[in-house]
Amino acid sequence: MSVSVEDKLFLNRYQVDEDSHIRILNQDICLQECENQECLYICPANVYQLEGDRIGVHYEGCLECGTCRIGCPHLNIEWRFPRGGFGVRHKFG
Amino acid sequence: MGAGPAGISAACILAENGVDTLVLERGEFPGAKNISGGVLYGNDLASILPDFEQRKAPIERNIVDSRIWYLSDQGGYSLSYKDEVFEDKRKYNVFTVGRAKFDRWFAKQAEEKGALVVSNTVVEDLHRDENGKVCGVKTDRPEGELEADVVLLADGINSPLAAKTGFRTDNEPEQVALGVKEIIELPRDLINERFNVEESDGVTIEILGSVTAGMNGVGALYTNKDSLSLVIGANVADFRESKKKPYELIEDFKKHPMVAKLIQGGTSWEYMAHWLPEGGFKHIPKLYGDGYLIAGDSGMLFNALHREGSNMAMISGKRAAETILESRRSGSYREDSLSAYVDKLWDSFVFKDLKKYKKFPEFMQKHSEIFNVLPELGGYAAREMLSVDSVPKKTKQRAIWKEIKSRIPRWKLFKLAWDAWRSVK
Repeated sequence: MSVSVEDKLFLNRYQVDEDSHIRILNQDICLQECENQECLYICPANVYQLEGDRIGVHYEGCLECGTCRIGCPHLNIEWRFPRGGFGVRHKFG
Repeated sequence: MGAGPAGISAACILAENGVDTLVLERGEFPGAKNISGGVLYGNDLASILPDFEQRKAPIERNIVDSRIWYLSDQGGYSLSYKDEVFEDKRKYNVFTVGRAKFDRWFAKQAEEKGALVVSNTVVEDLHRDENGKVCGVKTDRPEGELEADVVLLADGINSPLAAKTGFRTDNEPEQVALGVKEIIELPRDLINERFNVEESDGVTIEILGSVTAGMNGVGALYTNKDSLSLVIGANVADFRESKKKPYELIEDFKKHPMVAKLIQGGTSWEYMAHWLPEGGFKHIPKLYGDGYLIAGDSGMLFNALHREGSNMAMISGKRAAETILESRRSGSYREDSLSAYVDKLWDSFVFKDLKKYKKFPEFMQKHSEIFNVLPELGGYAAREMLSVDSVPKKTKQRAIWKEIKSRIPRWKLFKLAWDAWRSVK
């Protein structure tokens, strides 16, 4: 089944920072050593997408749950809070 | 640190006792980053703000009807408890809220009592003096260094700072559940009609079974004034193993016939995700040390069985504040003085409840049949027994038992019942 997560993210309000608060530490690990590439399916905002020979990080839609950080079996994701006031901004909560 | 129920509760108590209190919040306003399934508890809120009704707390609906569903793919069992006592004498025992609005209001009350709430500010690190005592914080603002006698970490379950400070380790996938939530707008009259309630009254439905696709998890549907909160979550380790995408899980959930009829015609308005601390009693970190205390989700204070977290946050925040007040009188914010916090948590329901259910997280993790085989068998048994089709009941019963025995060994059923009892007794 294919669900458009983009439609869901489109409902939300974000204050997008210029710089990403998420960084993959070493792309080589993702492509050569990571068997399942958990980030591609575990993230509720589909932030991680396979783009050719690298994993793209679409941090703009991040819901700030932290799952990628601990879900990555190689702990290869550096995840910090967006700068104060940036990132997702709940409407209802 | 953190303008959620733990931080704000502590700020209210400290400020009204004349302590210079600063609350730092990383969101644009208190509540901007906050989310819960959507219920709060009046008794505990009143212990911090006895006049919360007069102060016009932004309450969505007062819960008068608590339902539990156990669902198979096509249908499910439903249990409901409705009681008039929750309409008057015990009004606001449980009520729904939108945390963006509620926490903003809650922080305002702390401000009225004299606390200073500063938003748009991330705490990046803690400062320590030459003896290792926490003596302030470093924020992401220019010249954002702040000194403090004591720091309360009410920074929530997902905090990169936790690992950095070493006060607690980052969560293991088994210790947290990932919940996704949608707010679905629906006209007020339609909600009243569909859920069989009056204008300001509401319903909670806790949902277990096949809807979590075999993962250890739970769903929920709560009524707000003009919307529904639809939540589904599962253990992060299970998400990792099953490869089920969280947004597909909630989409499937919406299509379950019992859910679909209640949300029909509604419009999705917001989509969010957050962790639930599921480690339980065994994974609570040390909650105090020289110059600091930990409260709320940050301290893993969450009762997974009763979906209670925000009350534990409020009460642990309050107890932390009381500890700080006592330490202030004694003039020391060192570990031996702040350790009184844990005694206070033992005096309250917080530690008592968490200890009582200390085996519960393990039980849920061990018995995946609750989420795969059992809902199926339960559905099959009920459907067969309720179908009036000239087949003798004894024949049906035999067929059902045969099916059950082929799918799940009898010893496993006994073990399940035994472990369930031991995990909640």
